[in-house]
Amino acid sequence: MRTRITLFFASRPGIILAGAVIGILAALLQKAGNPPNMGICVACFERDIAGALGLHRAAFVQYIRPEIIGFVLGSLIAALLFREFKARAGSAPIVRFVLGILAMIGALAFLGCPWRALLRLAGGDLNAITGLAGLSAGIFIGVLFLKSGYTLGKSNKTYPSAGWIMPVIMMILFLLLVFRPKFGEAGALFFSEKGPGSMHAPVFLSLLAGLFIGFLAQRTRFCTMGSLRDVMLMKDFHLASGVAALLIAASIVNFTLGAVRFGFSPQPVAHGAHLWNFLGMALAGLAFTLAGGCPGRQLFLAGEGDGDAAIFALGMVVGAGISHNFNLAGKPDGVVAGVVNAGGLPVEGMIAVAAGLAICAAIGFSMRENV
Amino acid sequence: MGKQVDARGLSCPQPVILAKKAIDEGNFPVEVTVDTVTSRENVRRMAENGGCRVRVEEAADEFKLIITR
Repeated sequence: MRTRITLFFASRPGIILAGAVIGILAALLQKAGNPPNMGICVACFERDIAGALGLHRAAFVQYIRPEIIGFVLGSLIAALLFREFKARAGSAPIVRFVLGILAMIGALAFLGCPWRALLRLAGGDLNAITGLAGLSAGIFIGVLFLKSGYTLGKSNKTYPSAGWIMPVIMMILFLLLVFRPKFGEAGALFFSEKGPGSMHAPVFLSLLAGLFIGFLAQRTRFCTMGSLRDVMLMKDFHLASGVAALLIAASIVNFTLGAVRFGFSPQPVAHGAHLWNFLGMALAGLAFTLAGGCPGRQLFLAGEGDGDAAIFALGMVVGAGISHNFNLAGKPDGVVAGVVNAGGLPVEGMIAVAAGLAICAAIGFSMRENV
Repeated sequence: MGKQVDARGLSCPQPVILAKKAIDEGNFPVEVTVDTVTSRENVRRMAENGGCRVRVEEAADEFKLIITR
């Protein structure tokens, strides 16, 4: 029975089913209260968690997102049930941490991870096209590094308890969300009263959706970055068919709910600085490729005991803190009294994205083995 | 004869890249050792898509994929 389920999830119909379920759930989460075109955004949601913990003080984006917790724990449950939980760590953790920081800086320049780029497109936000083009470019550069022998080296088997650290962190976050303790007068936790951070589906819905997606994604190895990488590297469309299913399913649900509005501006939590949308996502795509997985995939790997993926995810949380504290994040378009107030990327953000690309290139060039 | 590839502990997609390189060199049978189910599936899919036959031997926490043309 277990083997048969494993075979199904490894098959083409399996990955398509997973992608479609993610697309449907993401669009429904938007209906249930999550921010527009942000039913699920791994980068944004990790950024919101960083905000709730006070790692940055951008008042509009602070909330402990149960979807992220669900991703890790859903993957943990799947890995335990199918005997795939395997604690491992030690493949250049500091490099992965830095890649996580850079990936977040790039994603927040664009205002979304690959998941949200797809959901933005499904909602009619045409800025997502430049973002996805940038993502492809970044992955393409990463593939060139992979072909020329780039590797972060082997991980090692480690104590099972080490593999449990990330799931336990998620359980603690969940307790903080439910009980909302206050630490000192002006201390954490912080929950947005306005803006995207204040918009969320009911906690149990978010958590259930997260758990379900985490379970499916662990079984199918769903990965947005991997989908493009595999096409470029070996013309393998397996993961790409799952990602296409996500886009199509989310589009269909959005159309049915009347949630599609085509155009460039104004779009919810988005800006139309095309060059920086492109370069921001190029940075994110390159960092994901060098680290071996999109931000969602890193959470699923962390759930099945991969300590290196956990380090990358924590790097992204810290990166969100850096991004907002140092004014590196993109500013969304706003509408004041019917007039569009164009957002964009602050100069600090432009410098950070350029520097991030240079750092990724340095990592890619200097960490190669002769294949 | 044949070629051995130790891809244990390597993250995606390196086991596949190493296995593909060995297959392209043509020294069959190619034996690829991996330590995650994900790598096992990825290497198997790549090899089978490339017209190879794959047999898997499972040992403590590891999988050995024996790839033949």
